Amino acid sequence: MAIEVKVPTILRGHTGGAKAVSGQGDTLRQVIDDVESSHAGVRERLVDGGELRRFVNVYVNDEDVRFTGGLDTPVADGDVVVILPAVAGG
Amino acid sequence: MRFDSLLESVGRTPLVGLPRLSPSPDVRLWAKLEDRGPTGSVKDRVAVTMVERAEKDGLLRAGCTLLEPTSGNTGIALAMVARLRGYRLVCVMPENTSPERRQLLTIWGAEIVSSAATGGSNEAVRVAKRLAAEHPDWVMLYQYGNAANADAHYETTGPEIHADLPEVTHVVAGLGTTGTLMGVGRYFRERKPEVRIVAAEPRYGELVYGLRNLDEGFVPELYDAAYVDARFSVGPRDAVRRVRELLETEGIFAGISTGAILHAALAQAAQAVREHRRADIAFVVCDGGWKYLSTGAYHGSLDDVEARLDGQLWA
Repeated sequence: MAIEVKVPTILRGHTGGAKAVSGQGDTLRQVIDDVESSHAGVRERLVDGGELRRFVNVYVNDEDVRFTGGLDTPVADGDVVVILPAVAGG
Repeated sequence: MRFDSLLESVGRTPLVGLPRLSPSPDVRLWAKLEDRGPTGSVKDRVAVTMVERAEKDGLLRAGCTLLEPTSGNTGIALAMVARLRGYRLVCVMPENTSPERRQLLTIWGAEIVSSAATGGSNEAVRVAKRLAAEHPDWVMLYQYGNAANADAHYETTGPEIHADLPEVTHVVAGLGTTGTLMGVGRYFRERKPEVRIVAAEPRYGELVYGLRNLDEGFVPELYDAAYVDARFSVGPRDAVRRVRELLETEGIFAGISTGAILHAALAQAAQAVREHRRADIAFVVCDGGWKYLSTGAYHGSLDDVEARLDGQLWA
């Protein structure tokens, strides 16, 4: 088992076009580091100065991680991480 | 109820209990029926408040042209207000929205400028800002950054929920411009800070997130995360499933975004049940289902609906 990370179109240049990649770790930060080790460049697009970039939203099991501990949000095998650019509604 | 004009009738919507969807007498769901307004959406409050504020501030004169980026409801509500107040309205709307929205905008007299489907509302905002620069005499009320949008909910929606349901524990609403949550959230932070403010955000198909780079992402100027306690991303399948459940169990015919909101509200209810806590969860029914009939959301297989909604701005 592992953590599935769904990658938006705009980041697929770093994943060889893959829509989803697999990662390991106990926190979101560790999962991103793990994904970075096989898909270099992803981390820099998501994280800046130890924080998620302003226009990036990350969800663990559909919940926005900014309300659950940010990069320290705990994750477990079978969880799904979704990365999306911030878009307008209304 | 008697009102001097249609605009006076905006607000004071019913809050109805959902005895069949609520998990227990201790964990109850309440629907705030925002489809009960002149143009049938929560945006009637916003349109009236934004226009009246702009008039008070001296920004609008008779015959003025208003400009607004909108995926539908705000434009439709503004079109109704503009018609009654004597303004022209130009709406910038993404092309991947339901045809009913276009028809309604036209019926109320708005002119539509279509923006490209790719990038969704972000692109509409960009086009509207360009048009505003080209037409300095037009007035863009700009729902994403206009304090009157959130104030409408701070002054009316929040107090109405509080008055009708003093025991409220959660308020769940949709996150688009963020106006509803910013206003209701600020109201409860001040009056009853223990109320949990929960955001349900629609998750669209890939086309809508098709930006050229991440710096083109958009966070509404109104948004302040301090007024929100949790935020959930809800895809079209869950939204449609829930909107059908609301129709089948409680008889409420709501738009698809309400299904996303109900999905988040039911998750809060399930959590309260698990933790043996009492909960009174109010959620916003943003609009009725009429504008979405052409999407086929209300019957047939979920797979087919999901495929049809992919790439559409369904909320």
